[in-house]
Amino acid sequence: MSQATLEQKAAIEETPERGRAFGRHYLPFAYPALLITAAVIVFPWMFTIYMSLHDWKIGQQREFVGLANFVKLATDGRFHEAIWHTLYFTVLAVVLPVIFGTIAALIFNERFPLRGFLRAVFILPMMATPVAVALVWTMMFHPQLGVLNYLLSLVGIPPQLWVYEPSTVIPSLVLVEVWHWTPLVMLIVLGGLAALPTEPYESAKIDGASAWQMFRHITLPLIMPFLLVAIVIRTIDALKAFDTIYVITQGGPGTASETLNIYLYLNAFSFYNIGYASAVTIVFFVLIVLLSMMLLYLRQKAKWS
Amino acid sequence: MNRFTRRKALKIGAGAAGILAAPAIMKVARAQTGGFNWKKFQGQSIEVSLTLGPRADVLRRHEKEFTDLTGIKVGSEAVPEQQHRQQVVIQFNSGNPQFDVISISWHVQKRLVGKAKWLADMKPLLADSSLTAPDYDFPDFTAGGLRWATQGDGRMDTLPLNIDPWMIYWNKELFAAKGLAFPKTFDEIVMAAEKLTDKASGQYGWVSRGLKNANVPVWTSFMLGHDMDPVNPKTVALQTTTPEAIAAAEYYKKLNKDFAPPGTVGFNWNESQTSFSQGKIGMWLDGIGFAPPLEDPTKSRVVGKVGYGIMPNGPKSKNSATFGDGIGIAAASKKKEAAYLYTQWATSKLMCARLLQSGGGSPCRASSYSDKDVIAGLKLPREWLTCLQESTAIGRPGLPEIVPVTEFRDTFGIGLTNTIGGADARTEMVKATEAFAPVLQKSEAS
Repeated sequence: MSQATLEQKAAIEETPERGRAFGRHYLPFAYPALLITAAVIVFPWMFTIYMSLHDWKIGQQREFVGLANFVKLATDGRFHEAIWHTLYFTVLAVVLPVIFGTIAALIFNERFPLRGFLRAVFILPMMATPVAVALVWTMMFHPQLGVLNYLLSLVGIPPQLWVYEPSTVIPSLVLVEVWHWTPLVMLIVLGGLAALPTEPYESAKIDGASAWQMFRHITLPLIMPFLLVAIVIRTIDALKAFDTIYVITQGGPGTASETLNIYLYLNAFSFYNIGYASAVTIVFFVLIVLLSMMLLYLRQKAKWS
Repeated sequence: MNRFTRRKALKIGAGAAGILAAPAIMKVARAQTGGFNWKKFQGQSIEVSLTLGPRADVLRRHEKEFTDLTGIKVGSEAVPEQQHRQQVVIQFNSGNPQFDVISISWHVQKRLVGKAKWLADMKPLLADSSLTAPDYDFPDFTAGGLRWATQGDGRMDTLPLNIDPWMIYWNKELFAAKGLAFPKTFDEIVMAAEKLTDKASGQYGWVSRGLKNANVPVWTSFMLGHDMDPVNPKTVALQTTTPEAIAAAEYYKKLNKDFAPPGTVGFNWNESQTSFSQGKIGMWLDGIGFAPPLEDPTKSRVVGKVGYGIMPNGPKSKNSATFGDGIGIAAASKKKEAAYLYTQWATSKLMCARLLQSGGGSPCRASSYSDKDVIAGLKLPREWLTCLQESTAIGRPGLPEIVPVTEFRDTFGIGLTNTIGGADARTEMVKATEAFAPVLQKSEAS
């Protein structure tokens, strides 16, 4: 084919008519996916926004109130407290499993007898249903009859109030999260460690680097992308944590462990304030989007170059 | 010669058919006792949604009897209390509930379902002699039960299922060791709790609910003893900052802060029950339905040591905070008649007697308490029955009859929990009242 013919063919392919024909022939294949996306994502969101602009209580007439629900949120002390509890819980429930999971991964990356068996035992908590886990921990936390205070008494530590005391309730709930989700972080980091190249370590050894120096300057930067994946997953999990908190404390004592999820649930399904709960949902969503964008930015920065 | 003729064959066939049909005929005869035909809606299927608990257990255990009697198939489910309340509202609000029969908690849902008219009025059904068995004996229901079941506009949208008066479980052994008698007044409760408390040995004089929302009936129990309702039943005005309400909050604070086990701020009924059943608690204020586990040797260390005490005299009145459940028919149900037969069976004398005998509730029929056979079959101590009857006699609603009951419990519950942590009772009640007043105002205005 001559050069002129090829150019003519390319010119024909780039015409708007051809683009329109492509759309006519192939776009219908995307319609089912578009329809499902609209039904399960776009519509619920539009409807949530619509509800948030109404004073809508189940069993009563709904009334358009514009941004009044959002204005009310700005002065709602309980809502602000819930944001603080959510952030407090999330930070602890992300940082601690990441630290312990990384340490566990470094240990399980070494070769020692029964490593496979112990690794399987270590990931067992992750397989348990959150509600079942929460029920068991509720019994364990009981100040008079729980096994935790019994264990403390064996080493001479006085009994603690755990989830039955406002100042210790969130750290105690985080303890459950740490027990439940540290194995997940361990698995992610372990995968990262297995993928690391050996050459940098050989060079470092020749240069006389210590074990700490090798970890600090080689291992940690190399597993950072994996750690960030773990952090993103844990952050999403911790932000949406509901079942554990609801089963163990229902947001109490008082409102000491009332996170945004619990507050939202109470408003929607206990008080039936659908409009107000929708406004909480939207603010919560914005908060999650901002956090996710920040984490994705950090992940991008930590990519191996 | 004995020939086997066609006529003989027909005779034998008819005889055999008669023998085979006899049980069915007997069943129909039974089903038509007193001229009433229970089989009128034979072949229909109904869905029943119940709140998980002893009442649902009794109904579901004997469900087959209803199907045998009526030929109506029953699909029933029992959902935990909190989830059930939410599920009911969501399903009703959808306009197409998946159940025909529903049990509701009067003390939480009565006004909500009444206002929305989600349940069918039982009065026309009760008046229909073709649908109501002659032996149903409607006048046998107690006045208290019928008052609960009737809405402000006169509609009766449930039939009375159960009444739950609050009383005090007390440990006779601990009281005897200190030479104490069961208290006769609120002040004596405090004095007894103080004497029974020995923190060094892990013994406490008192336990009750501290968990927000769940704790409100403890406070209202003391408020009723001051002859004060949290909301004025006539004017629907909040009375939660009155001297009586504050005094009740002070009793709540004193008992739960000074004489209850550590961690009581997070206690609901189950934690309180577990603590009391270990034998280290002097008194426990709660609903009367917890006697069976306390008298069960596999679950309790206080079997045979439990005293069942009627709520003592308050400064102005002697009342037992009372709660209750009813059973009704979804207004949107297409099988109302079959559903009505189920509600009739569920609240019949037999089923009420079974409920009482199980110890899991107190039926609203007078005959349940006067029938010697029923009483003889009771598995719990007679003292429990006496307490139940006397508490019911002084019963008074433990929660206000308003639509936003859950919000009321949540708001005041937080304040009460704070008092256990040392917060000032008056300040907390004033704060809670300020937060809840607009909610109530809006609810009553709509």
